[in-house]
Amino acid sequence: MHDLSARGTESFVERSKGTVIVTTLASDSHTWNLVFLQVLIEECGYDVVNLGPCVPDELLVSECRDRNPEMIVISSVNGHGYQDGMRVIGQLRDAAPLAATPIVIGGKLGTDGGEGASRTHELMAAGFDAVFEDGQDPIAAFHAFLATLPSEPRRQAVEAADHARVSA
Amino acid sequence: MSELTAVREGRPAGPAPVDFGEFVRREGGNGRLVVQPRMGFGDPGRMRTGLVATKAADAATVGTLTLDSYTRVGNLEAVETALRDGIDLNGYPVVSHPAETTAAVLDGVRDQTFPVQVRHGSATPIDIFRAMMRLNLNATEGGPVSYCLPYGRTPLADAIRNWEDCCDLYVRMQDVGIEPHLETFGGCMLGQLCPPSQLVAISFLEAMFFAQRGLRSISMSYAQQTDPVQDREAVTALRRLSAEMLPVANWHVVIYAYMGVYPETDHGAYGLLASAARLAVTTGAERLIVKTAAEARRIPTIAENVQALEYASDTALRTGRGRDDTFTDSPTYQEARALVEAVLNLDDDLGRALLKAFRHGYLDVPYCVHPDNAGRARSYIDSGGRLRWADTGKLPIAGIAERGPSRKIGSADLMNDLFHVRCKFDAGPRELDPASPELIRGRAAVGSRPKEYTA
Repeated sequence: MHDLSARGTESFVERSKGTVIVTTLASDSHTWNLVFLQVLIEECGYDVVNLGPCVPDELLVSECRDRNPEMIVISSVNGHGYQDGMRVIGQLRDAAPLAATPIVIGGKLGTDGGEGASRTHELMAAGFDAVFEDGQDPIAAFHAFLATLPSEPRRQAVEAADHARVSA
Repeated sequence: MSELTAVREGRPAGPAPVDFGEFVRREGGNGRLVVQPRMGFGDPGRMRTGLVATKAADAATVGTLTLDSYTRVGNLEAVETALRDGIDLNGYPVVSHPAETTAAVLDGVRDQTFPVQVRHGSATPIDIFRAMMRLNLNATEGGPVSYCLPYGRTPLADAIRNWEDCCDLYVRMQDVGIEPHLETFGGCMLGQLCPPSQLVAISFLEAMFFAQRGLRSISMSYAQQTDPVQDREAVTALRRLSAEMLPVANWHVVIYAYMGVYPETDHGAYGLLASAARLAVTTGAERLIVKTAAEARRIPTIAENVQALEYASDTALRTGRGRDDTFTDSPTYQEARALVEAVLNLDDDLGRALLKAFRHGYLDVPYCVHPDNAGRARSYIDSGGRLRWADTGKLPIAGIAERGPSRKIGSADLMNDLFHVRCKFDAGPRELDPASPELIRGRAAVGSRPKEYTA
């Protein structure tokens, strides 16, 4: 799982806002959606770990748990996103450090091509923080969601707080 | 003796099937084109109907058995569950259906005038090869790189070993008088945005890999990209490299109609398919894999597939000229040749050479996120529509590659490039060729077809 933008790290002068994991689900072999999201999220100041296509549930959970990212972005376009997403969200929330991590899902989440209002509701109720269905300007909505996140990585914020306590 | 009876009784199924490569070389090339769908259905009856319709199409055709995605990743339990519960699969599960069932699907359809190719996409294909060989199915496609990097998580070293084992098994068909055929999928890496020189190099290197494992009937793929001139350079380069260096005589080139984001309008989809057909005939490519007008929205029906086959074939015949040698020496050839030579110099064994090539970044597929891809190379579409390197990473083409100044590709640039071809053809003239509407409508309106075509 390597960083797509080897050059990006050299040219970025601003401090990273932390790591975001971009991933799809076990049955989905599409990657252009993941590549696009990686570039987009990097532009917003984050480091991205892209897990690539066909990510088995266990790998998804272990990578997310071990890396403890600022956010987890799940993209699926093969029509099984709802089904697969409902299956993994509980496993992710149960992993110790991920209980409150922003986890979002988007793409073509069902095979019906419909707007999926009830799907969105169920996914949110199951533990997702946001759902971006294709056909509802998901990129703009996702951008708006990103803007609501804190501008500093949690870990750095914690370190800064610790530092402040020590020096106080 | 029917194949069905023979398979049921455990005997070889009839006379040796025709060599796919020899058939295509006879029926295609020199201004003619063999056309092929990507069709695959889970239900045996529907699969047979699709093959029958392909065979009956008014064009020189070969048949396709495209396998489902569970079989592709080796999840045979999921296939069993789907078959038991009546859930629709997105392809034909050749490993799971009994051999008798598949023999019945092929019985009387596959013959000396209609060879059938199995298409899958697996980096772990040994079960698929075994199932094919039980049925005397002697044409398939893939490759150690092209069926590994783009879609899955199998390490490249494992995929190479798997494909070596499969080739070693597959060539045993030669011992019983059957010629096995293999097509490289390397000309299609990621579907879009891989500069043509590298597509040519990977497709050619996979052909060399097959030849080294004993295959004598080989085809090389190339997927249509963004610019017709650059595509002609690429196919001409692929043919020239093969003529110069491939140690087998029985080879041909197969063009894939665009594999990236496809036009949404009918005129856009047909315009793009016509462009692919013209690319094939003007470069002397013998075979074309079509896409349908439904492609952007859903899995196409059998009738839509037949329509696309006939339209592509007619377009090719109407082009009215065969291969020309305008592009024999081109920047695309120079780049492809440099890549090929650098890889061949890494190791005498093609499998090891390919593995080292990716480790060194001598091959590096832009935007491919597989852990074994170096991931430094980047590409973009220039203002003239040509696919270029934005960054060549460690590719051994310094001083040869066509490139402008290094540039950073942002998300908006990437989005534009991914949708470039769709936008161009959807916005393009509604009637690229005055004959197109008549051809499209003419075929669609044919009422004398057997009813089973309308599935």
